[in-house]
Amino acid sequence: MTTEKRENIGTDLSDYIRIENLKVYFGDEKRGKVLRAVDDVTFTIKKNEFFGLVGESGCGKSTLGRAMINLTPIRGGDVFFDEYNMTAKKKKLTAQETLVRNSAHMVFQNPFSSLNPRKTVRRQLSEVLRVHKMYPGQEMKRVQEMLAFVGIGKESMGKFPGQFSGGQLQRIAIARALLLEPQFVVADEPVSALDVSVQAQILNLFSELKEKLDLTMLFISHNLSVVEYISDRVGVMYVGKIVEIADVKELYEHTGHPYTRSLINSIPSPETGKEEAFYDSVLEGEMPNPMEEQKGCRFASRCKSKFDRCDTEIPQLLPLMDNPDHLVACHLCKHG
Amino acid sequence: MSILSIEHLSVRLKSNKGMVNAVRDTSFSIEKGAIFGLVGESGCGKSVTAKSILKLHNPKASTITGKIEFEDMSVLAATEKKMRSIRGEKIAMIFQDPMTSLDPLMTVGKQISEGLIFHKKMTREAAKTESIELMSKVGITFPEKRYGQYPHEFSGGMLQRIMIATALSCKPQLLIADEPTTALDVTIQAQILKLMKKLQKEEDMAILIITHDLGVVANFCEEVGVMYAGEIFEKANVKTIFECPRHPYTIGLMKAIPRIGGNDKRLETISGMPPLLLGEIVGCPYSPRCPNATEKCQTIAPELRDIGNNHLVRCHNLSDTLWR
Amino acid sequence: MSYLMKMLKKIRVFAKTSKIGTIAGIVLILMIFVAVFADKLAPYDPNEINLLKTFEPCSLQHIFGTDISGRDIFSRVIFGTRTVFIGAIVVVGISTFIGVIAGLVSGYFGSVTDSVISRILDVFSAFPSLLLAFVVVAAFGTGLVNTAIALSVVYIPLMARVVRSVTLGQKSQCYVEACRSLHYSDARIIFNHILPNCMPIIVVQATTNMSYSLLDLAAMSFLGLGVVPPQSDWGAMLSEGSKYIIKAPNVCYAAGVAIILCVICFNLLGDGLQEYYDPKLRKG
Repeated sequence: MTTEKRENIGTDLSDYIRIENLKVYFGDEKRGKVLRAVDDVTFTIKKNEFFGLVGESGCGKSTLGRAMINLTPIRGGDVFFDEYNMTAKKKKLTAQETLVRNSAHMVFQNPFSSLNPRKTVRRQLSEVLRVHKMYPGQEMKRVQEMLAFVGIGKESMGKFPGQFSGGQLQRIAIARALLLEPQFVVADEPVSALDVSVQAQILNLFSELKEKLDLTMLFISHNLSVVEYISDRVGVMYVGKIVEIADVKELYEHTGHPYTRSLINSIPSPETGKEEAFYDSVLEGEMPNPMEEQKGCRFASRCKSKFDRCDTEIPQLLPLMDNPDHLVACHLCKHG
Repeated sequence: MSILSIEHLSVRLKSNKGMVNAVRDTSFSIEKGAIFGLVGESGCGKSVTAKSILKLHNPKASTITGKIEFEDMSVLAATEKKMRSIRGEKIAMIFQDPMTSLDPLMTVGKQISEGLIFHKKMTREAAKTESIELMSKVGITFPEKRYGQYPHEFSGGMLQRIMIATALSCKPQLLIADEPTTALDVTIQAQILKLMKKLQKEEDMAILIITHDLGVVANFCEEVGVMYAGEIFEKANVKTIFECPRHPYTIGLMKAIPRIGGNDKRLETISGMPPLLLGEIVGCPYSPRCPNATEKCQTIAPELRDIGNNHLVRCHNLSDTLWR
Repeated sequence: MSYLMKMLKKIRVFAKTSKIGTIAGIVLILMIFVAVFADKLAPYDPNEINLLKTFEPCSLQHIFGTDISGRDIFSRVIFGTRTVFIGAIVVVGISTFIGVIAGLVSGYFGSVTDSVISRILDVFSAFPSLLLAFVVVAAFGTGLVNTAIALSVVYIPLMARVVRSVTLGQKSQCYVEACRSLHYSDARIIFNHILPNCMPIIVVQATTNMSYSLLDLAAMSFLGLGVVPPQSDWGAMLSEGSKYIIKAPNVCYAAGVAIILCVICFNLLGDGLQEYYDPKLRKG
């Protein structure tokens, strides 16, 4: 019975995910300081798209990901899955709405802490199916299938998380997120805690998932090279706002925002001969305090190309004249 | 002239699973004023090697053999008193997480001055003046005011600068940096690397940097040693390592990193996992995962040999395939 | 069957970790054995009065001698184990059950719920245990069970606070967030996920509470509350024996040593359990 409903969802959630004016604030204006973790963010994700969200610590990308699936309460704005509102505070949800909200899941950064250390793999994963009443009577078989799909053998079912390596555990965590056949997955820095060679294995797994499953994903990372490898489109966040969105290739070949340019240049590339360029383009200064009121562009304090307008007027995320699919929030760019 | 020379270092550490052969056979040397990078994945023994140089391991829980010589003095034979006079003064160390490496209950200024008072026998006032100068040298704005602040009032990047200031206060000959930028954002990492490079030139100080990030190695080091399972697998100057690596493991690492502007091909991975270092390892520790492994690799452990131009490789069958 | 094997394995690891704890555990198990089979093990009826044989010294017939009414002290000590264990188990049982739930709920939900529960717990812990017991006994009459129930109220905060702090720590763990992202109900998260992680601290605290409650119950009986005479109880025996301690200290020695031995064993067992759980907790 549940599978029938899920097929229905497949045709309903046809187009995309829309985030409109999303605000996640911590603290109270009346009591004093407010932390604007996500400050009025608007963008969309297309169906079956892997959207990479990139930024440094404190920019709000993790908070944004969590807010999208209702793990963090939002202060304002909406998140839409097709026409269903994912985040509206409603007392009673219709069956369809509950189904939609249950079709978004998350993969966390540290697999050692995102799985309960005191429960076996078998128990934890079958619990997911049991709670949601999927595959009644066949939970073990389904769990086995999903583990095999991510490359974990069935002899691992009876083991505890502590008995696995980081890479294996992250596969198990991914399997857990996929058990409920989600339409949308938020992956929050899923490879950051792993060694380079293991990272590559998990990234390849994600590529495989992209090909085989009907999945839309928000891939959050601070590592631009990883994001470039796995994503279709990329959004760059800085102090609670998205400053640039573009197709992956476009972002790296025709970078619009000065911050994105600095971010790309700051990555030391594993090849010799580029040292001088690397050290010449180092971005000085620090990220401004997100608790302070914003007057103008948040990047102005560190930007080498700023002018008067940057200090007074907050730039909006607008499409470029040459390429309407490429959005940049910067006064320097020519917007169409 | 080399200021640090390590020969056939072996470190066995006591753990509740038995003795772990954390470092099995490591040899390298660092010239005065040079920058040496020790690179490898977690568990390969690079941090353990670094700690051995300063004799930071618990003597009751570790067995260290081999030779570590610093400025013609044997570290392994030195008394604890001698080591204390060297730590912080001749050899300084900075660690990965600046948030936990500094005492949260002491002002940062005091922590910088501590070394000056102990090693250089300065008065408190003189040490304070010197510390404030150091703070501005490492790029901390308003150092007079920030001298009296506590670690929690600084960001990660600023704290790492404080650590560098502390390390440099007594003008050491050698700075050991254990994953100094791993916990930092990429733009801050670039700032710290630039700062370290600048200071290194000014003080003519040698640096041993430990990292797993090949990008950092390429843009910071002069010489590189690649470690795996407690051994050095390949050692050469940075250009050679990146342009013509010969060890299959080094090549495997290079291929596994996603690069900006790289093709959309699938990343080539190294299958399997590094070996447990509990018992003796027969043959080459990389043989279970190596695409070029032969029977000889599984039974006879290869030696580190010079294949010309000071390029050392520990492998029976050097990889002839060009990795690009 | 496999559960039994797992338990046996855990006991074996425990024995290796703490030899003293294991010995203490064995002694306590023997005491429970004695309590269960008291009527078979005691050579005499503990309440059998024999006014011809009062204050007899230790002998082969009466191992600890006799008391003021000619009752065999050894038999009374044996039967005393029953009251001790029943009393301690009632106190710890009730306080653990309520305390664990209070701790889990206040730790998990935080804010108002936490404030309210914590303040109630503060009120409970402000009561001196004996004073509260006086009040209850005055209202409901003496007897072991009444006293034990009154005492358990005071022990609830001890367990609740400890469980609350572990819950607070677990609440911010990533796996709890993962459960929430999978839309598990709060009840499931609390009882199925957080509670198992609290088990170590609950077991250790319960063991410690056993030894405290034992002392408190003995004190109550000493003061005349608690057990109704002529029921055998170590505290009551101490009280009675103190009146003629110079003439015949046997009663006080026997009861006193029994109390001390029991309390020490519980404490050592608690220490051993703490050691057993600690390194394992770190390994996850």
